[in-house]
Amino acid sequence: MRYSGFRVFREGLRRNSGWQPLWRDPEPKPAYDIVIIGGGGHGLATAYYLASEHGLTNIAVLEKGYLGGGNVGRNTTIVRANYLLPGNSEFYSHSLKLWEGLEGALNFNVMHSQRGVLNLFHSDGQRDAAVRRGNAMINQGDDAILLDREGVREKVPFLDFDNHRFPVYGGLFHPRGGTARHDAVAWGFARGADMRGVDLIQNCEVTGIDIEGGLVRGVQTTRGAIRAGKVGIVVAGRSSQVAAMAGLRLPIESHVLQAFVTEGLKPCLDHVVTFGMGHFYISQSDKGGLVFGGDLDFYASYAARGNLPMAEHVMEAGMSLMPMIGQARVLRSWGGIMDMSPDGSPIIDRTPVEGLYLNCGWCYGGFKAVPGSGFAFAHLLAQDRPHETAARYRLDRFRTGSGLMDEEGTGSQHNLH
Amino acid sequence: MRIECPHCGERDLREFTYRGHALALSRPSEGASAEEWDDFLHNRDNPAGATQDLWRHDPCGAWLVAERSTTTHQVRATRAVRGGEA
Repeated sequence: MRYSGFRVFREGLRRNSGWQPLWRDPEPKPAYDIVIIGGGGHGLATAYYLASEHGLTNIAVLEKGYLGGGNVGRNTTIVRANYLLPGNSEFYSHSLKLWEGLEGALNFNVMHSQRGVLNLFHSDGQRDAAVRRGNAMINQGDDAILLDREGVREKVPFLDFDNHRFPVYGGLFHPRGGTARHDAVAWGFARGADMRGVDLIQNCEVTGIDIEGGLVRGVQTTRGAIRAGKVGIVVAGRSSQVAAMAGLRLPIESHVLQAFVTEGLKPCLDHVVTFGMGHFYISQSDKGGLVFGGDLDFYASYAARGNLPMAEHVMEAGMSLMPMIGQARVLRSWGGIMDMSPDGSPIIDRTPVEGLYLNCGWCYGGFKAVPGSGFAFAHLLAQDRPHETAARYRLDRFRTGSGLMDEEGTGSQHNLH
Repeated sequence: MRIECPHCGERDLREFTYRGHALALSRPSEGASAEEWDDFLHNRDNPAGATQDLWRHDPCGAWLVAERSTTTHQVRATRAVRGGEA
């Protein structure tokens, strides 16, 4: 069923009796050309681009829970392309271009809103770094505008500009950045893949990966064995467990990242604002809630919930930056399981097992990457060679030390990002 | 999360600094191969469940190993890192 204004009008006249489920609920077949483990944003996008870009449709996406029930439904919905280093720059730039055409391509409203991302700076040194980053973004073909203090004041007049420790000197504004409705992104890709013939199989947990003579043959699941020519692992925080089924030990440590949302308020915050010195960022959802978060709790965790010290730190940072936030009441908080890589950049690559492919290491930045990651992983699965935008996301870069992408310049070791 | 310092007793998480998996104590020897260093620095079992991590109790400076669950955050036991272990 295609969606359109006319369809909405017609269903309105027919008491909304004609709407159909967005996707089928098929039984798993005994064999597929490609099995994708993980029905989150990245897995569903991979299936969609395999079908739409490569004409491959004998594909199953296996999800142990429900579609989009993991990190794609638990993030803070920010979409941006403001990276500095070669490798990341071109990848996120490409992903943002895919975002900009996504609703038309999917015929689905993902509520992509290019409201702009504002990164604040608080010293001369940080201004220099912002200029450098902005130039890198412009060289990549994206947009960046350096705002002075008054320019920032015009956009967000309610900040504490004269904070003693971190006075606002200005900001780097990225107009094409913004937000999207996270669940709708998963649903849109799921529907697009299903419409093209991909089987989306929920409540189907992979319990083993069948390998014969170094070649992947299929997977064992809670719904029976499924043979496959190729298998792609796209399971974010659970990457280490699934890869271990194939005898692989990954450079990944899973950590918890918390997020918070307030009660719904009238529109007051037009942009995404980041306060790097306080590890704090904030935007306002279309429903009105202020959505904000901070840094990792900084200990290995699969609990999908965090502890109070980081919650307190985030609240304090929010109060330091924009004291008006103290008027709002926090509605709820939650945590996601982040697949942290040593250098803070992702992995999209083959594995030592023939026919087994890996997509992981998105750290706390996976949401904006969903289209670009799906596009690049589909290319790798279909053509057996990396897409040019993701050629540097190699699994072996930690062992060789060549091609590390450490955006923060802190080193390539766990617990530094 | 509360962690028991072997010297000071049970204390709040705020007093501790996390330093990763306790395999940090098993530093490769001087002549170790690149693969051993890669394993030590980068690769992790990353268990969902029981793990052992290395913490520092900042007020007293003690290093300790905590037996902790990554799925519930429960700390089952702690012990001080022995001299010469790291």
